[in-house]
Amino acid sequence: MRYLPKSDAERRAILDELGLASLDDLFASIPEACRLGRPLAVPGPLSEKEIIDYFRARAAENAAGFTSFLGAGVYNHLRTVVADALLQRGEFLTSYTPYQAEISQGTLQAIFEFQTLMCQLTGQEVANASMYDGSTATAEAAMMAVRLTGRRRLVISRALHPEYRQVVETYARDLGLEVAETGFDAKTGQTDLAAAHAATDDATAAVIVQSPNFLGALEPVAQFAEAAQGRGALLVVAIAEAVSLGAVRAPAEADIVAMEAQSLGLAPSFGGPFAGVIATREKFVRQMPGRLAGQATDGEGRRGFVLTLATREQHIRREKATSNICTNQALCALAVTMHLALLGKEGLREMAAQNLAKARYAVEEFEKLPGVRRTFSAPYFNEVTLEFPRSVRMINHELERERIIGPLPLGPFFQEQTKRGLLCVTETHSRQDVDRLVAATRRALESLGVGAREILSSPAER
Amino acid sequence: MAQTKSAAARHVSIGERLLFEKSAPGKRGMELPPLDVPAVDAARALGAEYARDGVEGFPEVSEIEVIRHFTRLSTWNYAIDLGMYPLGSCTMKYNPRVNEFVARLEGLATEHPLQPVELSQGCLRILRALELFLLELTGMDAITLQPCAGAQGEYAGIAMIRAYLASRGNPRKRVLVPDSAHGTNPATAVTAGYEVCNIRSDSTGRIDIAHLAESVDENVAALMVTNPNTLGIFERDIARAAELLHARGALLYMDGANMNALAGVARPGDFGVDVMHMNLHKTFSTPHGGGGPGAGPVAVKKHLEPFLPAPVLVEKPDGTLGWDRNRPHSIGRLRAFYGNFGVLVRALAYALAYGPGMVEATCDAVLNANYIRKKLEDVYELPYEQPCMHEVVFSDARQKKHGVNTMDIAKRLIDYGFHPYTTAFPLIVPGALMIEPTESESREELDRFVEAMRAIAAEAAENPEMVKSAPHSARIGRLDEVGAARKPVLRWSPQ
Amino acid sequence: MYPTNYKYSQEHEWVALEGQTATIGITDYAQHSLGDVVFVELPKAGAKFSAGQTIGTVESVKAVSEIYSPVSIEVTEVNAALANAPEKINQDPHGAAWLVKGRATNPGEMAKLMDAKAYEAFVAEKEKEAGA
Repeated sequence: MRYLPKSDAERRAILDELGLASLDDLFASIPEACRLGRPLAVPGPLSEKEIIDYFRARAAENAAGFTSFLGAGVYNHLRTVVADALLQRGEFLTSYTPYQAEISQGTLQAIFEFQTLMCQLTGQEVANASMYDGSTATAEAAMMAVRLTGRRRLVISRALHPEYRQVVETYARDLGLEVAETGFDAKTGQTDLAAAHAATDDATAAVIVQSPNFLGALEPVAQFAEAAQGRGALLVVAIAEAVSLGAVRAPAEADIVAMEAQSLGLAPSFGGPFAGVIATREKFVRQMPGRLAGQATDGEGRRGFVLTLATREQHIRREKATSNICTNQALCALAVTMHLALLGKEGLREMAAQNLAKARYAVEEFEKLPGVRRTFSAPYFNEVTLEFPRSVRMINHELERERIIGPLPLGPFFQEQTKRGLLCVTETHSRQDVDRLVAATRRALESLGVGAREILSSPAER
Repeated sequence: MAQTKSAAARHVSIGERLLFEKSAPGKRGMELPPLDVPAVDAARALGAEYARDGVEGFPEVSEIEVIRHFTRLSTWNYAIDLGMYPLGSCTMKYNPRVNEFVARLEGLATEHPLQPVELSQGCLRILRALELFLLELTGMDAITLQPCAGAQGEYAGIAMIRAYLASRGNPRKRVLVPDSAHGTNPATAVTAGYEVCNIRSDSTGRIDIAHLAESVDENVAALMVTNPNTLGIFERDIARAAELLHARGALLYMDGANMNALAGVARPGDFGVDVMHMNLHKTFSTPHGGGGPGAGPVAVKKHLEPFLPAPVLVEKPDGTLGWDRNRPHSIGRLRAFYGNFGVLVRALAYALAYGPGMVEATCDAVLNANYIRKKLEDVYELPYEQPCMHEVVFSDARQKKHGVNTMDIAKRLIDYGFHPYTTAFPLIVPGALMIEPTESESREELDRFVEAMRAIAAEAAENPEMVKSAPHSARIGRLDEVGAARKPVLRWSPQ
Repeated sequence: MYPTNYKYSQEHEWVALEGQTATIGITDYAQHSLGDVVFVELPKAGAKFSAGQTIGTVESVKAVSEIYSPVSIEVTEVNAALANAPEKINQDPHGAAWLVKGRATNPGEMAKLMDAKAYEAFVAEKEKEAGA
């Protein structure tokens, strides 16, 4: 086997030194009744060529060649050859968690840079070295708020990504936390501020909103912060589309920011691995979960970096840890750091501006179709809820024939919204891609019986 | 820190500054295609209340500077590609490059988790193939690939136990954890709402079965056990432990961190385990990447299947694959989407490379640990003399007489070109040296390691100061961790 | 080494009682075995604890220790200076680095604690165990 660096003669020689007759004798401490006693019934072994062929065949069974307009927590943005080449250096790829600072400065300095970048993006004072993803970061932020306030109730916006909400609910259930949902405004698509305020009581640990929210609407973070903090609760802001922060004000008023950094240089990869981030105020740092790199000096006064405040973590606190998490997503965080280093201040500004422009171009073009209009009035970044005169599922079925994956149908997430679709347009879509989508949608609507007559009675006229 | 005059004479990567310190206005390392639709003004499109004019302090550097920056940083890291990583309980094995290649394929890396299921069959078939491989390997009945890492897998497992017991009327109060356990085990039990009760190890380093027997009552939900345990010793009474638990309605949880000692030899499903997690970044060689990402699948016996995290991958009557979201007894969702797919692709690539031959890797891993044990047992104290499996635990008892402890020896290993082994764990061995070579080491590399360890043992007796002040060859000295923790500086700020 | 007017617990806290007012700290042995202290977490004034309850934690780089109240107490004052200078616990554990002051609500509990001589013997025994 090519991965095993021993010849049979070498194995034999070692067995002789150990005084063992066969490899089987190595397992003498396992009772016979516990042994398998037969070969594993699994496919393989495969050579490198066969492995590549297998995965190429699987890749061909997916949506290769389709143009997709999906967002909803996973975004397609431009990435670079440079970042991926650097990321695959064995010194990064195959190194362990940097507990031994003397031989891990590469990873540690990069984490320190990552933490700094995340603070700058979110407008917060400290950020950790990454969490599993945006959804678990949101759940961890909620639990952190519970520890900080000593309260046991969460108020969650209905416009938080539904899968994020499900993750928070999973953790809340075992901890016996009460979860209250607060609705969104049917006109703006923003979380209903007055309702959220009313739902926040003296037992509430955190109010959780997302911006841009799941429906694409930007939330007025400062107003939610005021409403939550006025009741002694903390405001947790989840961010699923981090590129928005190149054009949208940072949620500086939030007490905790839980962010998904996927859109900053990570491939969609069917949903993972990504990099979650928790950023917060300096005074809360000891209740923040996750690894942290900090600056230190050696005996000669040289600057270096170490993992610090480790006493918050499970390997020291055991049952009293802030979280049971022991890995972060170091390699993903490193990819994000490399990507942002390349993109830089100007690049991020330009990328965000292109997203704003392309999404608006798409909306304008869509609104030329009979019965299609923007559902909500709130400002949006690159994602927007559109109202269609037919079920989005049926329209998408037509689009698939033209190798297009259309807007995400909201029906499965919000029962009343089967004719609504969440459209995401980024800098990766050319004008031609958008034009093709709109033209295909027009044909789909026509084949579904939406014609010129319907324009007159279209809800867009209201 | 300013570059001194002597800097030029030193290694090029010494004193590599932070990105932010290399930044100059107007530089960039990535350019976008020109905008092909009408530009919009952010303040007008969003309103002044929402608009932002760029990110203050963000770096501005060119492409070559970024390449040099990270290449220089990389030279400061130790890595598997450079040499042996004898970290006990971490299973630092070779990470095959073809796994990286296939995870990046167009049609896999590019796929969106919410795209229609009929356009995702390739991804789902990959997940299914890995599920089936892991089920055969563990002898379990059902599985979830959703957990992002071992700790989350543990959480899922304990939450499923809780849900199962609750469905039978009483979730119970306590989880038993051996005193040799990894710290994540008790942390997990508490996160899932349980009290933790420690079970002693006996003089052979195994679970004290008598203590277990008297600790199991109707308030006990489960025992969390690592097998082989953190001393590298197989829990030979595991089936008996399972019987004791099952007789009182409690379940057996196995931490699969040490599956590298069992793959193809013994299956937890055959010795009474009800639920277990695996660490694919250990046994299945997905790269550690400086601390993640990982993946922590959880496999269960039939009676726990209704409680698996939702959604569950299922075969439809027409032979295609899909997600079953209607799982009324599920513990819920652990993360958005379906898990660390890219990690799962790498794990399957590894599994397919070996196939049934995975047992050869297991044999070599155990062979290597026993070889190291044999070659070092005359110079380092062996606190437990049971036969070891994939890892061996020594103690620093003999070196302590010269004032040298396990951490000193570990740091001195750096001077010999090795990453330190795991120190001070498991907790039941004072001054532990926990060594796991994995199957990836050649005899030549093992002999180099043995030579280094023997040389350090000699130095500890003859020149203890040399060991205690190590490392001497690292490009940076021991860092002031106390100062770093007292006044934490966790981000760069402009002076 | 150990002030004779203090009483000591098996968990290595000391308590000094003047009238109704108890002052609590950790012992020199405790600070020594913990190593360089980097952070101290203390309760708020007004908090009430019974003997044996956790009133806070002391952290070094590698360990966290809980502080158990040796006597029942209603806290009136915490040593705020420790927040910015946790190293004081290593430098002057029996003096400037006291942790909390408050009203001893059950002064009778003092009798159950060790005096300096008994505590020194207790610590000597611990050190012997560790050395063995």
